[in-house]
Amino acid sequence: MTDYRAVFVEELTRVAPDIDPSTVGDGDHIQDDLALDSMDVLNLVAALHARLGVDIPERDYPEIATPARAAAYLAARAG
Amino acid sequence: MTDRTTDPWAEARANLSGWKGGLNIAHEALDAHVAAGHGGDLALRWLGRDGARRDFTYADLTAEAARFANVLAAHGLGKGDSVFAMAGRVPELYAAALGTLKAGMVFTPLFSAFGPEPVRTRMEIGRAAVLVTTEAIYRRKIADWRHEIDSLKLVLILGEEAPEGCVALAPAMRAAAPGFETVATAPEDPALIHFTSGTTGKPKGAVHVHEAVVYHAFSGRAALGLEPGVTYWCTADPGWVTGTSYGIISPLVNRATMLVDEAEFDLERWYSIVQDEKVQVWYSAPTAIRMMMRAGAEAAKPYDFSSLTFLASVGEPLNPEAVIWSEVVFGQPFHDNWWQTETGGIMIANRPGQEVRPGSMGKPLPGVEVGIVEREGGTLKVLGPGAVGELALRPGWPSMMRAYLNEPARYAKCFVDGWYLSGDLATRDVAGYVWFVGRADDLIKTSGHLIGPFEVESALIEHDAVAEAGVIGIPDETAGEVVKAYVTLNPGFAPSEALERDIRGHARKKLGPAVAPREVVFRKTLPKTRSGKIMRRLLKARELGLPEGDISTLETDET
Repeated sequence: MTDYRAVFVEELTRVAPDIDPSTVGDGDHIQDDLALDSMDVLNLVAALHARLGVDIPERDYPEIATPARAAAYLAARAG
Repeated sequence: MTDRTTDPWAEARANLSGWKGGLNIAHEALDAHVAAGHGGDLALRWLGRDGARRDFTYADLTAEAARFANVLAAHGLGKGDSVFAMAGRVPELYAAALGTLKAGMVFTPLFSAFGPEPVRTRMEIGRAAVLVTTEAIYRRKIADWRHEIDSLKLVLILGEEAPEGCVALAPAMRAAAPGFETVATAPEDPALIHFTSGTTGKPKGAVHVHEAVVYHAFSGRAALGLEPGVTYWCTADPGWVTGTSYGIISPLVNRATMLVDEAEFDLERWYSIVQDEKVQVWYSAPTAIRMMMRAGAEAAKPYDFSSLTFLASVGEPLNPEAVIWSEVVFGQPFHDNWWQTETGGIMIANRPGQEVRPGSMGKPLPGVEVGIVEREGGTLKVLGPGAVGELALRPGWPSMMRAYLNEPARYAKCFVDGWYLSGDLATRDVAGYVWFVGRADDLIKTSGHLIGPFEVESALIEHDAVAEAGVIGIPDETAGEVVKAYVTLNPGFAPSEALERDIRGHARKKLGPAVAPREVVFRKTLPKTRSGKIMRRLLKARELGLPEGDISTLETDET
């Protein structure tokens, strides 16, 4: 059973290594709270695709806006 | 007196009301409209991130600006003092910009995604007397060194509460009177300072004066089609020059209604805003347009874009595919235009009603003289159609920068033989359309922002492991270019994925995500000249598989 939250946070902190993974909250918004910019978001989408084979279309970006939402979304799409 | 027969902007000048024998941007943007009976017109509609919505008429915004000016005055600040602002797109930021100008003080916006180092450097160079920011930004990026900025007298924090040593803006605004007589400013008095990056050395503060409003009024009409009552959405952040010249001043001076969206780019949100708010004129940037393209025409299908009358783009060249795609999807192509922090306003544009040549930045605006030039010793040679050279402009338009703050030598270097040199390489076709070719220097254009490699390299070598750093821009289909760093390591450090992440993390903390490198690679040595200068040009040529050009000055090669 894949821990999608952990995978998400791992890729998130690879894109933005200034973030300490232990401080990331389930409800933290990746742009508003964690200060990713739009290029970071594109890089995160590409990293998730490479790692999980999940294609995240532009209109679904709000679904990965927080670790909690992303975990649910990735589980549904990858599973 | 200005000669009406030779002044190309005489009409724009005559349409301004003037103030106390001089000129003041805030007066033209606000007070003059209220005095003319347009106080009830909608000036600003703010869309909050969470669905909130606030409307400000010209009278409302004038009162907010007046309150802000009164807050500044109450703290003993006066004409010429420097006010810095660093916040997201919230109404208070607009009140602060306009209130600062009303009070005869000088406004400098900073991009809220900057890290602490770019902020500090700019506040030091600009001798900031006031900073307007949020509590979160203050605590994360500023509190640690705030007391080392000896010019800083007042820190205003948005909202109801403020940390120690700062003043909460909301209660201060409530307590302030909604009337303030705009300070008399002369056309040549400084109004705005926008920072721009240099290839070497510190960022430069481009000084703009109140007379710039003549060109903001003119170019908003000529290049964007702004007119009274038009619903206009400039998606640029006021932290950059576009978000101030065309995100605050030009639309207000032209009595348009401006939309301000607090949120970052979000495809469906953006399409909904254009549809629901019936946006007529839309000014955006290639990075955003290419993100829309990635989502495909299908994603745009459910929306009604029939309100749109004119679309424009700025920041970096808009590729022909994006121009053509936008015409299919929106019924109107995005019209590319070109200008810089230094020019203060749009110089070259695909204008309303003119034929668009996809991939071209358009033609010079009326009154603007453009040359494609080549340096020949101390003089310039003007090149003919089809030749590639540096894009140059004849100085004299009203919004031209008047100085780089405290750097007369760097300012003087911009002018040769009666031309202003832009640093961009371009070519002009026989019909007069100008086409961007590249940068003449090492500056990096990413997501419409100009980044100086020196500032990035300086932050990188502050990391314990990094001995030397060379920073270049590499092509990226969405951002135009992205920042990439080449580093050598100090003894005792070895390349590893963990170290790469640590260095990038360090750079992001210092510089913020917009400026920090997206990729760091390790080298044993970097290519250098005999004088020890890292040859960024060579790093870039190799990265792109291009000819290496003249390498006679190469002393130590890359390994």
